[in-house]
Amino acid sequence: MNLFDYLTDPANWQGPGGIWYLLLQHIGYTVAAVAIAAAVGIPLGIVIGHTNRGSFLVIGLSNAARAIPTLGLLVLVVLLLGTGVGPIIGVLAVLALPPILTATAAGIRGADHDAVHAARAVGMSARQIVGKVEWPLALPLVISGLRSATLQVVATATVAAYSSGGGLGRLLITGNATRNYSEMFAGAFLVALLAIVLDVLLGALGWLAGRHAHPASKRSAARQQSALDLAA
Amino acid sequence: MNLDWAWIERNLSMIGSLLVEHVVLSLVPVVIAFVISLPLGYLVSKTRRVANVLLAFLGVIYSVPSLALFVLMPLMLGTQILNPINIIVALAIYSIALLVRSVVDGLRSVPTPVKQSASAVGYGWPRRLFRVEMPLAMPVIFAGLRVVTVSNIALVSVAVLIGSGALGKLFDLGFGSNFYTPIIVGLVLTLALALIADAFLLLIQRGTLPWFRKRAVA
Repeated sequence: MNLFDYLTDPANWQGPGGIWYLLLQHIGYTVAAVAIAAAVGIPLGIVIGHTNRGSFLVIGLSNAARAIPTLGLLVLVVLLLGTGVGPIIGVLAVLALPPILTATAAGIRGADHDAVHAARAVGMSARQIVGKVEWPLALPLVISGLRSATLQVVATATVAAYSSGGGLGRLLITGNATRNYSEMFAGAFLVALLAIVLDVLLGALGWLAGRHAHPASKRSAARQQSALDLAA
Repeated sequence: MNLDWAWIERNLSMIGSLLVEHVVLSLVPVVIAFVISLPLGYLVSKTRRVANVLLAFLGVIYSVPSLALFVLMPLMLGTQILNPINIIVALAIYSIALLVRSVVDGLRSVPTPVKQSASAVGYGWPRRLFRVEMPLAMPVIFAGLRVVTVSNIALVSVAVLIGSGALGKLFDLGFGSNFYTPIIVGLVLTLALALIADAFLLLIQRGTLPWFRKRAVA
């Protein structure tokens, strides 16, 4: 049997359970979970970063999150809450939260202090400082947080097929059950491709945000700095 | 909730052997990756252009979901899909993708004046590398090592979907029979293992790099 048999057979792409359907389902899970996590994590991260409170909690959370076996958590939640889209997206959102929260808090806290002080000096309110100074400066880091969260969710959504979920992981599960390596390969190939495409897209978005946040290139900034050092 | 704590006692030997399997599957890749990443990272840190291309490539590899990598392994290795070698090699690849970056970051973090001073007092490159640059780069490398170790321990259980997966088998067992005890045992043991491995690495770091004790490196 040829490796690409499953992928190149048009019949496998059509209908419910077809590749298109599973791909869209996978993207749907990912977008929903990351959106929920962002809706919670970004405001919370802004508060933590701006007030500089509870950052030890954030660091501890992100370290602990790495140790969670995603399959175990999924299986436990699905047994407790039942099969269906809700519990799966819930677990995915929980796993997406730590990277977004940590990156947002770090970005806001790490915003150039001179810029923040200057904003305060010209009479900006706290709301304006966050919205007009800290947030734009933090944006590249927030996007990198969204990027790792997205990759984490794409990977875990694959595992979700085991606990009765849909998505591209289905191809791996049924392929393994029927000893059809061509089908498993199709699943693995498409998941890897989806992850790489999303990674590149979000990487490009982060790069754009970085150019927006720091219009002067690093090198010219460094040159200015060394000129200042010499002058002083 | 379907629980039965006596189940643990009845299956102690099975749980023990799964635990041992889990340790082997998650930590052997770390050792392999450490041995490969040190020289590779050193070479990469010496060549700026090649370095960026290679690091970008490793970043792409790191973005591939683990389950997909497990499934793609037989293609590269010519192994059977159920062979645990697939898991070890896949996790080693992940670990290398992350550790090479740590080694490069660590070596680049050594201040140039320090390196120049070492050369000035007559250190040749091997002595400068092993006595000055590597020790100073170690905290960053250890940070990478800890991330890799903890995430490998968490990732192994995913491999149960392709028939292996050590403690992950407990999740399969519990899910298949709607029985919570093995799932909770699997979760607790995986988390405990990650915690112990992390603490162990921290101890090694404290022991071998006593001069960094005061500056905490997360």
